[in-house]
Amino acid sequence: MPNFFMNNTGRDVFDIGYMDTLASGDSFLHRLDPRAKLITTLVFIATVASFNKYALSAMTPFFFYPVALISFGGLPYRYFLKKVLAVSPFAVLVGIFNPLIDTAIMIRIGPIGISGGWVSFASILLRFILTVSAALVLISLTGFNATCAGLMKFGIPRPLVNQLLFFYRYIFVLVDEAERMARASSLRAIRAKIIGLRTFIPLIGSLLLRTLDRAERIYSAMRCRGFDGHIRIIRSMKAGYGEIVFTGGWIALFVLFRFSNFPLSLGTLITGYFK
Amino acid sequence: MHMADALLSPAVGTTMWAATGGLIAYSAKKVRQELDERKIPLMGVLGAFIFASQMINFSIPATGSSGHLGGGMILAILLGPYAGFLVMASVLIVQALFFADGGLLALGCNIFNLAFFPCFVAYPLIYRKIVGNKPSQGKILAGSLIAAIIGLQLGAFGVVLETVFSGISELPFGAFVLLMQPIHLAIGIVEGLVTAAVVTFVWKARPEILEAAGRSLPIGEVEIKKVLLGLAAAALIAGAALSWFASSNPDGLEWAMFKTSGKEELQTDESLHASLAVIQEKTSFLPDYGFKKAKPVTEAKHADEETAPWPAVDPGTSVSGLIGGGLTLLMAALTGLGLKRRQGTA
Repeated sequence: MPNFFMNNTGRDVFDIGYMDTLASGDSFLHRLDPRAKLITTLVFIATVASFNKYALSAMTPFFFYPVALISFGGLPYRYFLKKVLAVSPFAVLVGIFNPLIDTAIMIRIGPIGISGGWVSFASILLRFILTVSAALVLISLTGFNATCAGLMKFGIPRPLVNQLLFFYRYIFVLVDEAERMARASSLRAIRAKIIGLRTFIPLIGSLLLRTLDRAERIYSAMRCRGFDGHIRIIRSMKAGYGEIVFTGGWIALFVLFRFSNFPLSLGTLITGYFK
Repeated sequence: MHMADALLSPAVGTTMWAATGGLIAYSAKKVRQELDERKIPLMGVLGAFIFASQMINFSIPATGSSGHLGGGMILAILLGPYAGFLVMASVLIVQALFFADGGLLALGCNIFNLAFFPCFVAYPLIYRKIVGNKPSQGKILAGSLIAAIIGLQLGAFGVVLETVFSGISELPFGAFVLLMQPIHLAIGIVEGLVTAAVVTFVWKARPEILEAAGRSLPIGEVEIKKVLLGLAAAALIAGAALSWFASSNPDGLEWAMFKTSGKEELQTDESLHASLAVIQEKTSFLPDYGFKKAKPVTEAKHADEETAPWPAVDPGTSVSGLIGGGLTLLMAALTGLGLKRRQGTA
């Protein structure tokens, strides 16, 4: 049943469940220690971001990373394509000013001149696709709980890790509850497309009160089970040859891609051939 | 107003990560010291509450547009600055991981803009000062409204500074400020009114909740001063450590310096620079770029003679770049397709 009072975030929540389902897959990449994937992803993103603002072709080899991970991890291409295209317009909104401001011609293809602004705008889009897909692939291959366990091994403070695990566990419960309330409200206001403030405040307020009560009940339940202020996570992690090869190999490739421009050499070879 | 990876240089991104990391460590220590284990489930569920409430849009009166709750202020009011900060950080982390709102490099910036300002500036310095220990409807309204506006203005200004210092976007500082601040004034007013209304609703139904939140958190001036001092130190150290990196890579900070001071580098150690220049040549496929206006197409040849800084238009190179880049993309796509087919038959 459509629920008119929910925005995109509401629909996105289903993605969380879906991505965790993907993460329960079984491949060499899924089985890797989460720390190896975390480090590789961070190095990947930092390397992509370190290109200067007009970089275009030099960045293209980096597409091999998400493509390889999606393929070997058996993840659905179409899903990631859709997610990357649908996501956050902020970078595009800010980037679209580049062509208006930077109008000096930078590239000439026959009679057509392309300004520096369009080049840097295209560069922003390329960065965007690369960094976003890397982060989404990380979580789809690792899952949230394992990622948190990896974070803890890296020395992220316990209170934050506990918070992340707890928060994640209750997202689904509260999203369900909010959805039920919004649906009930929308069924009572047939013509309204959106909630007015007069309805929204008591709706959110009651949700908040229910949430506080829930926290109290959870705490009592935890006490009954012997909670002493510490949350214990059982998850053995081991970094073996696989992890070293994966992380080391990719980082070496990133460095190679970063410091030498293969696409340019390839292009020069081809244009040279036709001269 | 999530800051995005695509607009961020590594130097700015890492500096903000360092600052945010310090804040998280400090808040975690404080939360641990409070030794209130009741708060552990409360924090988790309240994070989920903020997340769930953001799914429901409400109409903004007299504008025809709609919005949703930000939540930083409500968390600070219910949990105090330290726990509120951690909860808001966890919400932003999940958004970055699952929805790619912003991204991982920008995560430091986003936590700073959307959690630090409301929890460590707007809440203790404005909301607490106005509301005090005896809340009333008027005080809650004034406190929430002013605090939300200030918090969002600072956050929006943070986005502007981070973008301008990164130098990926061409938007000049002045225009960007004029674009961001008024929009976020409007958002701040709405956020403030909604926050005030929700807090008042809770206060009327269950006054003891707000009183407990106020009592358990004696927040003195000293602690905030400590936080700010620590932050300044962290930013200085990170900035210093990263400055060599920034100058070995002609993007980000250097570009911003070039724009603002007219000099590409500030005065630095000569010998270090000489050795870094070698790295710089290696690292930049499109070396130094202080020249955009300089070379009209007709002068391309002339430019070639004098060490031809890109983008002195060299049609050969740029076309080669485009062809090579396109081919690389095609190869990546074909590899993916090939692998997929193989896995499908296997």
